[in-house]
Amino acid sequence: MAQNRDPSIKKTFRLIQLWTDERWRGLIFQFLLLLALCILVAFIISNTVQNLKTAGMASGYDFIFDTASFDINQRLIEYSSTSTYGRAIIVGGLNTIVVAILGIFASTIIGFIAGILRLSGNFLISRLVGIYVEFIRNVPVLLQIIFWWVILLALPKVRNSLSIGESIFLSNRGVRLPSPIYEDGSSWVLAAFIIAIVLSLIIKRWSFKRQEITGQILPIGIIMPALIIFLPVSVYFMLGQPIGFETPVKSKFNLRGGFNVTPEFVALWLALSTYTAAFISEIVRAGILSVSTGQKEAAQALGLKQNIIMRKIILPQALRVIIPPLTSQYLNLTKNSSLAVAIGYQDIVSIGDTVLNQSGRVLEVISIFMLFYLTLSLTTSAFMNWYNKKINLIER
Amino acid sequence: MISSKISYTGSNKSRPPPPNTVGVIGWMRSNLFGGSVNTCLTLISCYILWLIVPPLLDWTIFNADFTGDVGGECTTEGACWAWLDQRIYQFLYGFYPPNSYWRVNLTIILLFPALAYVLFDNLPFSKQGRWFSLAYPFVATFLLIGGFGLEGITTDKFGGFMLNLVAGISGIVLSLPIGILLALGRRSKLPTIRILCVSFIEFIRGVPLITLLFVAVIILQLFLPPNVTLDQLVRVMIMITLFASAYMAEVIRGGLQAIPNGQYEAGKAMGLGYWQSMRLIILPQALKISIPGIVNTFIGLFKDTTLVIIIGLFDILGQARVLQTNPDWMGKVDHETFLIASVFFFIVCFSISRYSINLEKRLDKDHD
Repeated sequence: MAQNRDPSIKKTFRLIQLWTDERWRGLIFQFLLLLALCILVAFIISNTVQNLKTAGMASGYDFIFDTASFDINQRLIEYSSTSTYGRAIIVGGLNTIVVAILGIFASTIIGFIAGILRLSGNFLISRLVGIYVEFIRNVPVLLQIIFWWVILLALPKVRNSLSIGESIFLSNRGVRLPSPIYEDGSSWVLAAFIIAIVLSLIIKRWSFKRQEITGQILPIGIIMPALIIFLPVSVYFMLGQPIGFETPVKSKFNLRGGFNVTPEFVALWLALSTYTAAFISEIVRAGILSVSTGQKEAAQALGLKQNIIMRKIILPQALRVIIPPLTSQYLNLTKNSSLAVAIGYQDIVSIGDTVLNQSGRVLEVISIFMLFYLTLSLTTSAFMNWYNKKINLIER
Repeated sequence: MISSKISYTGSNKSRPPPPNTVGVIGWMRSNLFGGSVNTCLTLISCYILWLIVPPLLDWTIFNADFTGDVGGECTTEGACWAWLDQRIYQFLYGFYPPNSYWRVNLTIILLFPALAYVLFDNLPFSKQGRWFSLAYPFVATFLLIGGFGLEGITTDKFGGFMLNLVAGISGIVLSLPIGILLALGRRSKLPTIRILCVSFIEFIRGVPLITLLFVAVIILQLFLPPNVTLDQLVRVMIMITLFASAYMAEVIRGGLQAIPNGQYEAGKAMGLGYWQSMRLIILPQALKISIPGIVNTFIGLFKDTTLVIIIGLFDILGQARVLQTNPDWMGKVDHETFLIASVFFFIVCFSISRYSINLEKRLDKDHD
């Protein structure tokens, strides 16, 4: 220690110290790495500029204001072939988000049911679910997407389309569903629906409070759905049925009216939901198994019913184990939706591919893809981290 | 106080359990028909099985057509397997010259000893075996591409299931060292290295593989000097390797985090430098823990190699699509080809995952 305070030692800096002293070595190493990286980037940029020049390719993001002049058959916002490339890419991005959200919704439901059924004491059903999970998990998702697409395209032509109750029609052009028609007063029904949800949430909180004070349990599992269904339905009938459905009608060569879902969308959605559900079911199974059997036995000893044990004892504890890997499954689903390009569902990659071929701005279009997916990934994981923290807070 | 004396007067032999709790009946009562919900589930499962199994058997076997040269000769209701005898080699080897199929087979057979010498240390000739494992990638490249006396075969002849295997295995093998470096970098004390590694890993994990494959096909050539051209398959493999290395890094980071601090400190106490203690103490343990994760990454990557059909390579799925759009077979073999392709993937992925579970248990025992 005394030596360290000696100023004469501090002054003598020997060149060998650059290698032997850990701090100097670290600094030098980092400096060299940065230098190498800068040289690499400069090399790449100069090559790219030169290559673009010799190929006569323009660059810059101004192309997004040019006219796209191609059509998109599934669109959530106004779009026509005279719209710009930028708008086309936004339409594609929205299509990706639609299929991702619907896929996440379906895969969560299927996955949780499959995960719980696989643990069921019933020999047959747990084996059946096991076969489903193992088969789906070990076959590439791209194969499954193309498989469903080929199946859907092999459905009969529109003229002979299969119908379910004369209101839903299946054909090789997709699934045609009845579309709702909103007349005057339909906004009241929507308002009633929202009020019912708010009211039921209030009732839920009040009943929890009451339960804490008095120990009496209200059957909110019945009250809440009843309220949410009853209120809008009664308003709907009081106002004289303002929301109607336009069912598709089969004419000689075509279907009129209704709302068409393309086979590409159905194939992608089906494949992504069943594929991801298989992974989710494994996660759910592992999560449930991670809750010690003592918890279940304690609940049984208290005389709780089987479904209450699952809902209030096992699942809340299992969720803490389930949520982190579940997040990465959701992200995988979103990223896998980019495989739409193989069957021509017009998501961001598939539209971007068209834009890329028409405009020739390869670097720009691919950077837009990547930025889009990075934003989606980062926001999803941020949201799930927040939710995870919220769940963890309930713990001590 | 009440005291009671218990006296036992019965026979000492315990009575047998009630007949409906043992044997087949007991098993059925507890596993299939215990309670109303359970019985319901059993009936539903039976119904589902009845809906699926007989038609499936009819379709694949009893009503199927096994002979014929074109799709038109398949006339029955069931599957059309007539294409199998002519086309199965294309499904497996792509456009690889048929007289060189043995080179692919030999490469795959040699893979097993090469892997075994890496995984287990109690095998005979383990020293020579290690050298063989090190040499294997070069041997495999030589066998597949040729040169030095063997007939040269360009990579555009690669296809079918072999392409999936080559891309998947080489991707995982090449990504292992990069992944280790990235994982160490992510835990480094030097901020520049840490930030670079984290951004690389998070970037790659945040974008879908297909965008990276677009980069391989469209952009990578722009980054290189004008007079350098890379083979299409090499470019694809570079991107697959980078993709896998980010996932690999996360798996290995998990392994590194599981090593207790005492091991790091012990290394320092022995006077080992950073690289020495990593090589001799930390990594052997961390990699062992990471094996299941590495295997899972491999299975994921192997399935993802089917994505190459989007950029115009013909792997097994590509071959299936080719046959489905072939005028001779159109409309006859859609389901059959998908079924064959998925069975190949299923066999490989399922057996690897089972073996990994087995290996995990065995390595677990080693550790104690």
